[in-house]
Amino acid sequence: MSTNNGKPKVGVYVCHCGTNIAHTVDVEQVRDWAAQALGAEGVVIARDYKFMCSSPGQELIEKDIKELGLERVVVAACSPHLHEMTFRNASKRAGLNPYLTELASIREQVSWVHTDKGLATEKAKAVVAGAVERVVKNEPLDEIKVPIHPATLVVGGGITGIQAALEIANAGYKVYLVEREPSIGGHMAQFDKTFPTLDCAACILTPRMFETGMHPNIELLTWSEVTQVAGYVGNFTVTIKKKPRYLKEELCTGCRICVEKCPKKVIDHVYEAGIGYRKAIYTSSAQAVPKFPVIDTANCNFFQKGTCKVCEKSCPTNAIDYEQKEQFLKVDVGNIILATGYDLFDARRVSNYGYGRLANVFTSIEFERMCNAAGPTSGKIVLRDGQTTPKTVGIIHCVGSRDRNYNNYCSSICCMQSLKFAHLVKERTGATVYDFYIDMRTPMKSYDEFYQRVLEEGTLFVRGKVAQVSDAARNAQEEGKLIIQVEDTLVGKQRRIPVDMVILSTGMQPRHDAKEVGKLFGIGCSSDGWFTEKHAKLDPVATMTEGVLIAGTAAGPKDIPASVAQGSAAAARVLNLIMRHEVTLEPIKAIIKQWQCSGCRICNGLCPFNAISFRAERRVSEINPALCQGCGTCVAACPAGAISGSGFSNDQILAQIDGLLMDVNPVSA
Amino acid sequence: MSKPKFAMYWSGSCGGCEIAVINIHEKILDVDANFEVAFWPVAVDAKVKDVEALADGDILLTLWNGSIRNEENEHMAHLLRRKSKLLVAFGSCATEGCVPGLANLSPLSEIIDTAYTTLTTDNPNNIRPQHVTKVPEGEISIPVLKDRVYTLAQVVDVDYFMPGCPPESHQIAAVIDLVIQVLQGKAELPPKGAVIGAGSSTVCEDCPRKRNVKSIKAFHRIQEIAPLDPELCILEQGIPCNGPATRSGCNARCPRVGAQCIGCYGPAEGVVDYGARLLTAFASVIDANEPEEIERILDGIPDPAGQFYRFNLADSLFRAGAPAFKN
Ligand SMILES: Cc1cc2nc3c(=O)[nH]c(=O)nc-3n(C[C@H](O)[C@H](O)[C@H](O)COP(=O)(O)OP(=O)(O)OC[C@H]3O[C@@H](n4cnc5c(N)ncnc54)[C@H](O)[C@@H]3O)c2cc1C
Ligand code: SF4
Ligand code: SF4
Ligand code: SF4
Repeated sequence: MSTNNGKPKVGVYVCHCGTNIAHTVDVEQVRDWAAQALGAEGVVIARDYKFMCSSPGQELIEKDIKELGLERVVVAACSPHLHEMTFRNASKRAGLNPYLTELASIREQVSWVHTDKGLATEKAKAVVAGAVERVVKNEPLDEIKVPIHPATLVVGGGITGIQAALEIANAGYKVYLVEREPSIGGHMAQFDKTFPTLDCAACILTPRMFETGMHPNIELLTWSEVTQVAGYVGNFTVTIKKKPRYLKEELCTGCRICVEKCPKKVIDHVYEAGIGYRKAIYTSSAQAVPKFPVIDTANCNFFQKGTCKVCEKSCPTNAIDYEQKEQFLKVDVGNIILATGYDLFDARRVSNYGYGRLANVFTSIEFERMCNAAGPTSGKIVLRDGQTTPKTVGIIHCVGSRDRNYNNYCSSICCMQSLKFAHLVKERTGATVYDFYIDMRTPMKSYDEFYQRVLEEGTLFVRGKVAQVSDAARNAQEEGKLIIQVEDTLVGKQRRIPVDMVILSTGMQPRHDAKEVGKLFGIGCSSDGWFTEKHAKLDPVATMTEGVLIAGTAAGPKDIPASVAQGSAAAARVLNLIMRHEVTLEPIKAIIKQWQCSGCRICNGLCPFNAISFRAERRVSEINPALCQGCGTCVAACPAGAISGSGFSNDQILAQIDGLLMDVNPVSA
Repeated sequence: MSKPKFAMYWSGSCGGCEIAVINIHEKILDVDANFEVAFWPVAVDAKVKDVEALADGDILLTLWNGSIRNEENEHMAHLLRRKSKLLVAFGSCATEGCVPGLANLSPLSEIIDTAYTTLTTDNPNNIRPQHVTKVPEGEISIPVLKDRVYTLAQVVDVDYFMPGCPPESHQIAAVIDLVIQVLQGKAELPPKGAVIGAGSSTVCEDCPRKRNVKSIKAFHRIQEIAPLDPELCILEQGIPCNGPATRSGCNARCPRVGAQCIGCYGPAEGVVDYGARLLTAFASVIDANEPEEIERILDGIPDPAGQFYRFNLADSLFRAGAPAFKN
């Protein structure tokens, strides 16, 4: 079956990618060159085609494999990330082991990054030569099939996590929902009204929370965190730390008598955003799910001073247990969805807006709590003194967003949130509202209509980035007011606008611990800090780690509808895998040649997936192929050269380098 | 029937390899019993023209020790290659350039200038060696130095490689035994190009010291650590031990007596560049994340070229430092 020089028969297929490649690379020249110059390397046929990934393109390959007896295939086209699977599958259909097919990237690595056609064509030849020399050294590999555990872990019980958990649970599969706070609900549970429909957040969220808490297929683990993740798609083992609530959940009825009786009042910085109080034993709200309170030991009289025990005495069911310890549970799951949400931008960082210094400057989340009928002011919009209704209010957009000093990105919800605030202020106080925006972004369904409505309600819009908020009056009019200094870019003038209250539309930030959480689950973050998706457009809820999905604001700023949609999308991906019962793993694995391993243990601590263990009896290290993800870290590190990566052996890589450096025609620059 | 011929030659090297051969004690009598020593300048009196007179392939086994430093070395390499059935690169200089290979860090002109201008050199006329010198009796010549140090395999085809600086005597004895057995039809030769007289793994395999998951916070020189823990892996004590990357065969001689391995047995099976391998291994177990901290830890290795390429520079991917190429 082989060509005369003993090398396997290679077919080379050069793609035009429409004009994507052909515009910058002389495709026909690469084809002819490959057929001639690479004949000695085993190339027996070279063809070009407009779109290799189309069905006629793939059929070209299949036909040649069958008719010419090709033993190796090189497709010079886009990046392996995009179409490696496509062409490997084409080979497979024609009976060739898929791992004997290689993609040479002449689009991402050549045509898209060069402008000189002559030079680009020479480079394309070198890339093709590298792939040909490499593919000759490829060995057939067998895909690994493993069963999928049907349970799923959802991390984060905001609206996104709730949605995902319910979708999967309703399909009949077990979900562990882990939430770090005492109750699920996330940010949405703090709001009063939600744009653009202005339906009350509690009315639409609470039933979902309740359903989640009661669902027979959902095991709710609140006041808990994941501490360890081992395994791989289909077969993760997750360790969850359950923090002590200091009460026995099986006895607690959620009557909240203990909360009422507790003598210790504490400022609530989480749920009430610092403008309200809770007790030392508390639930975030009366609607909390689950209903069980927790004791905040740092503020509890008993834990701090040793006396009190009022909660214990008042509990009708003797549920309080001061001795409770944290517990660690291990659960097996097949898939993981991360829906850990966002943090709010800390408005103190923009010191020129005076938050924390000027009493009547509020953040968006403080304002949300203030509007909430169950919040600290029972829904009344008042100044920091708790009584005075403001007569003029200024709302400032983009605080911490679209600003190279803080975050470059747009938080995407603050325009709408500001309009919502403008409406609520008007509706509840009749005050004059100024809205300071840079650009008004209202692109989603019914958003611009909402903007029109707020315009009609008489909110005064000022286009410009606010320079400063101060209390330094320059005249009697400004006395006792907050003065907003802004360049009104539509009028082309500096303006000073005195107001009673300022609301900062603070944006979203990645969770402060997103990086560590990402590392725990083996996924990465973008430079902004949001979890990175596998493909921004075509695979937004998958990650580079199979079996770990992301959804909602954990992956970037979003409103509630988009978060919910992603929660469902992630659930669909999980269900898709569960229904398949087994998953195919890439056979790209590292192997330690036992006779060559010296047992030096250099590699032992390096594997990000904990796949390497040391066999003390035999004094050698070993890799668990089920855990190995083929990242190659250990292959590079082993000083004895004892570890080889299948699919990426030294032989293959060196052959590819040889090919890349092979003497292509001298180029005229 | 006449005995098969044996030769040993010494080029750019220190002479330790010859001593190691003598060090096999009474086994040397086996050599005499089984071979006719055709050429071995250190041990027997024979001239180059005697070798030239032999038929090609007449010598069964030639052990070549030493690097290729000058044109005479190269000439002799070609000659002995022609005359020998089996040519063995014997010892570190021949297989990978060894310490003479470190000359490849400097351009030739600098090497000569340094050698002829040291403080203790009495050279008032600032003389430099010339290839040809006229004397009253006529012209005499000395060999010209090559641009850099080469390994034996970089100038001629080599059948087997035997690492070590010098090769351990028990390994030499074992190899000689093997050849004798082959002569007697009791064993087969290893495949051409094989490394003989050594293991396939690295020094750690034979090292009795206890090892753990490694994590290095600082590198030290051995005199800075007193006393060394006698049982724990030396590398884990912060002393850059080359054992993890160095081919086994010496039975971990140095680590056994509390000295770090310096790498004389060269790279393990299949390793392309010894220094690069060792460097990635060390870098992998440095316990730091900040670039400055990593830099500080690496600064604990005072002589990186010597640490990673003491024996291997001429055979490394680099072959030589950049200045040597600018010659
Ligand atoms: C002031 C303001 C007003 C808004 N108003 C609206 C509106 O009117 N309409 C609208 O559509 N959108 C609005 N939004 C956007 C809305 O808040 C988000 O789209 C939505 O809440 C995102 O939900 P989520 O589940 O992705 O994140 P989150 O609500 O942040 O939930 C994440 C959950 O994960 C938990 N968690 C985090 N890390 C971990 C961990 N490591 N382990 C376990 N649990 C963890 C958190 O405790 C939290 O419960 C507003 C946003 C702001 C800031
Ligand atoms: S959503 Fe609007 S207010 Fe928010 S950052 Fe973007 S433009 Fe600014
Ligand atoms: S680094 Fe290599 S030689 Fe050392 S223990 Fe790991 S596999 Fe074995
Ligand atoms: S290649 Fe090595 S380091 Fe990477 S996952 Fe596999 S065993 Fe772990």
